[in-house]
Amino acid sequence: MLIFSVFKTLTDQTVTVELKNDLSITGVLKSVDQFLNIRLDSIKVLDEARHPHMIAVKNCFIRGSVVRYVQLPAENVDTQLLEDATRREAASQVKR
Amino acid sequence: MDSLIPFTTSGSLVDCVDRKMLVVLRDGRKLQGVLRSYDQFANLVLEDTVERIYHQDVFAELHRGLFLIRGENVVLLGEIDLDQEDEVPLRQVEWSVLEAYHKKEVADRKHRDEAKAQVLFERKGFCKEGGEGDGY
Repeated sequence: MLIFSVFKTLTDQTVTVELKNDLSITGVLKSVDQFLNIRLDSIKVLDEARHPHMIAVKNCFIRGSVVRYVQLPAENVDTQLLEDATRREAASQVKR
Repeated sequence: MDSLIPFTTSGSLVDCVDRKMLVVLRDGRKLQGVLRSYDQFANLVLEDTVERIYHQDVFAELHRGLFLIRGENVVLLGEIDLDQEDEVPLRQVEWSVLEAYHKKEVADRKHRDEAKAQVLFERKGFCKEGGEGDGY
């Protein structure tokens, strides 16, 4: 659930999503759900010549299970906060 | 309005219904059709679907009809901008002309991916991907 929250704080930021089929899409993160499905607006495909089917597509929904990486804007991620939150979550799971 | 819809698959897909959408499947197929329904797993119903194949700057399409796509096979669902669609610098040709090229391309890619997976597994210490049929 933690990573879901992180993504929620990143809505309206520009991110790059690399899929397992090697398609890389840069766009504005519009929404994310509990499966980490991602909704991107104003998308731009890296190496568009290799992926001609994407030319007329301006916004898209990406299924979470096919995402390999998401590149985040570093200045908008508080890694210290994330580290603390991760430790807290791990500690709370040990207790249970 | 957007902010009233919670972060759910349903919330993000509701405005795509009845629009012309592109669906990319895990086996690499590209389908274009009108999205009629969906659920939280991204199972999709596409009406008046055509399958498209591409090769360099040409494409071909074949009418396929009504699809119910199981969510796990969906890679991406993209909204087709109808204005931009007309300006795409691609040429349409007959399916029969392009099919052989497309089949070769698919076979080549499969071969390349297998070779890559082999190297990653044997020499680079990666695990095998897609053992349960969920890989690319």
